[in-house]
Amino acid sequence: MRREAPKAITDYAPLLFPALMLIVFFVVPFSTMIAVSFFKRQQGGFYTPDFVLDNYARFLSTFFGTVLGFSLMLAVLVAVCCVAIAFPFTYLLTKRSRKVQTLWLVGLLSVLSLSEVIIGFAWSTLFSRTAGITNLLVALGLMAEPQALLPSFGAVLTGMVYQALPYTILVLYPALVRLDPTLLEAARTLGASPVKAFFNVVTPALRNTIVATLIMVFVFALGSYLLPQILGRPRHWTLSVLITDQAIYQSNMPFAAAMAVFLVLISLALVGLTLLVGRREAAA
Amino acid sequence: MTAFLDNRLTRRGVLAAGTAGAALLAMPAVLRAQDKSLKIGVYGGYFKKSFDEHIFPEFTKATGIAVESIAEPTGEAWLVQLEQAAKANQAPADVSMMSQTSTLKGQATELWTPIDLARIKSGGDLLERFVNKYPDGRVAGVGAVAWYITLVTNTDVYKEAPTSWAALWDPANADKLGLLALASNSFLLEVTAKTYLGGTNALDTEEGLLKAFEKLAEVKPNVRLWYRDEAQFEQALKSGEIPMGQYYHDVTGLAAADGQPVRSTFPKEGGIQDSGNWVLSRASTKVEEAHVFIDYMSQPAIQGLMSRKVGTAPTLKKEVLDLSPEEFAAVSSDIDPIIPRYDLYTTKADWINQKWTELIVG
Repeated sequence: MRREAPKAITDYAPLLFPALMLIVFFVVPFSTMIAVSFFKRQQGGFYTPDFVLDNYARFLSTFFGTVLGFSLMLAVLVAVCCVAIAFPFTYLLTKRSRKVQTLWLVGLLSVLSLSEVIIGFAWSTLFSRTAGITNLLVALGLMAEPQALLPSFGAVLTGMVYQALPYTILVLYPALVRLDPTLLEAARTLGASPVKAFFNVVTPALRNTIVATLIMVFVFALGSYLLPQILGRPRHWTLSVLITDQAIYQSNMPFAAAMAVFLVLISLALVGLTLLVGRREAAA
Repeated sequence: MTAFLDNRLTRRGVLAAGTAGAALLAMPAVLRAQDKSLKIGVYGGYFKKSFDEHIFPEFTKATGIAVESIAEPTGEAWLVQLEQAAKANQAPADVSMMSQTSTLKGQATELWTPIDLARIKSGGDLLERFVNKYPDGRVAGVGAVAWYITLVTNTDVYKEAPTSWAALWDPANADKLGLLALASNSFLLEVTAKTYLGGTNALDTEEGLLKAFEKLAEVKPNVRLWYRDEAQFEQALKSGEIPMGQYYHDVTGLAAADGQPVRSTFPKEGGIQDSGNWVLSRASTKVEEAHVFIDYMSQPAIQGLMSRKVGTAPTLKKEVLDLSPEEFAAVSSDIDPIIPRYDLYTTKADWINQKWTELIVG
C-alpha cells in the first residue's frame, strides 16, 4: 500500500473530527482549569478572575509534597503489581483454546462493569472483622480470632490493583495474541525451558507494550480517590482526595485547580521521562 | 424523483405534527401553574421526598399556592447557582433551604431578600438560633429544618451508654471511633471547646482555636474511620465493626427502632445541632407567597408534623408544640445543644481547613 502525501487542504479533512473532539473534550476543559488556577480565591464567597500565584504558593509545602509523593508512589506500585500479575496471566491465557479465552475475557469485562463504589464496599466487607475473610481462616483453625484488615495500606493497594487489573489484561491481550509463535519455537528448539523462554524471549520482545501498559495503569491509578478513602486511613489519602475536598467541600476552585494542574504536569513529566529513558536504551 | 420528494414532505409533515402534538401534551402543565405559585428548593433525596409527600400538598390545600419543588444539590453548588442566576435577575427557586454557612455567604452579596418577622405569626416563638440575621439586624433566613449529631454507640459492644463527649478521648476506645472527615461538617472543634475549654466562645481567637486543635489531636489514635459517606459509618456501627462515633440522632433512632443494636446519646455537654434556613432569593418576585409559606412552615402544628413525619427537630420553643415527650425525645433534647460556629467557616475557612487536614492526614 502506497501512501501519498496530502496535496490539497481537503486531504486533511479526516483529521478534522478527531481534532474537534480533542479541542472540545481536552483543550477547552484543561485550559479552563489552568485559567481558574490563577484566579483569586474569595474566602466566604467563590472566586474572581485575576492573575495570582497564591494557589500554587500554598501547594508548595512539605505537607502537600508528602501527599503528592505518596500518591505517585501508590500509583507506581499499583502499576507494577498489575503488570506483574497481568503479564504472565495474559500470556498463559493466550495459550488456551479460543473458547476458554472468550470465557475469561467476558468475565474480565464484567468486572469492568463494577463501579469504584461497589468495589470499595465489597473489599471493605471482605476485610472487616465482623464478616471478613479472617473469619474463614478462624473456621479453618489457622487464626485464633478474626481481625480487621482495614483500614490499611495493604487494603488500599489490593482494592486499586483489583480495579485496574482487567484494564491491564485487556491492554496486554492483543499484543500477546499477536506475538509471533516462531520466536518461542526457536527458543525451545535451542533448548530453553518454557520459563526461561518466557523471561528471555517473550518479555523483551514486548518491552514497549509493557512500558505502555505501566504508564496507562499509573495514570489510571493516579486519579483514584474513592478507594483510598474507603479502605485507607487519612495518611493513605491521595492528592485526588484533597482536590475533591477543596473543590466540593471548601468551594476553593482556584486551589483545587492549581493542585490538579500540578498533578497533571508531574505525571506528564514522569511519563515523558519513562519514554525518553526507553528510547535511549533502545538506541543503545 | 417526485415521488421521493413527496415522500420526504410527508415524513416531515408527520414530524411536524408530532412536535405539535408533544407541545400540546405539555400544555396542561403550563396551564396548571396557577397565578399563585412558588418554586421551593429543598435538599434532594430524603428531604425532598418527605416534603413532597407530607408537607407541600397540605400547604397548597391550606393556602391555594401551588408548589413546584426543586431538588437542590448539597454543598455550596446551589448557592453558586442562585448567585449567578440572581446576577441575571433570574431565580431558579424563590425560596430555598440553605445551610447556615451558605446563608452567611449569601449575606455577603445581599443575595437574600429580608424577611419580615412581623408577618410570621409564630415569629416570636422561634428559638433565637433559628433566626439568621444580617449584621444590621434584618432577617436573612428563618429556620427550616434542624437535626442533631450525637454520640452513638453499638449496644452489643457498649452495654452502658456513654454520658460525655469525653468518651471520644478515652484511651480505652483506641481504634474504635467513626468521625466525620471535615471540620465544617463534624463540628468537632466546637465539641472540643464545649467539653474541655469552657464553651464555643473559646474559639473566638486563633490562640483558642490552636488549643482546640491540640486537644483534638489526642483523639486521633482512637479514630478508625474519618467518613464522608454516611452509609460507610452506619453499616460499620450496626455490625459493631466501628462501635462508637458521631452520627445523626434521627437516623440512629430509626435504626434502633428497626431492631439494630445501636443507640444515640445526648452527652451532658449537648448534642451538635445543625440546621438549614428558608431564604428568599433577591431575584424572586414572590415575596408575598414566600412569607405565606414561611409563616405556614413555622406553625406549631406543622413543626410537630415535620418532627413526626420527617424526623427534624422543631424550630419553635418546646412549650408551644403539641409533641408528646417521646416524640420530642425522638428528634430533640432539653440539654442545651452545641451550636456550630458557622462564622468560623466563612471568615477563617481556609486556615481552619489547612490546620484540620494537617491534623488528620499528617
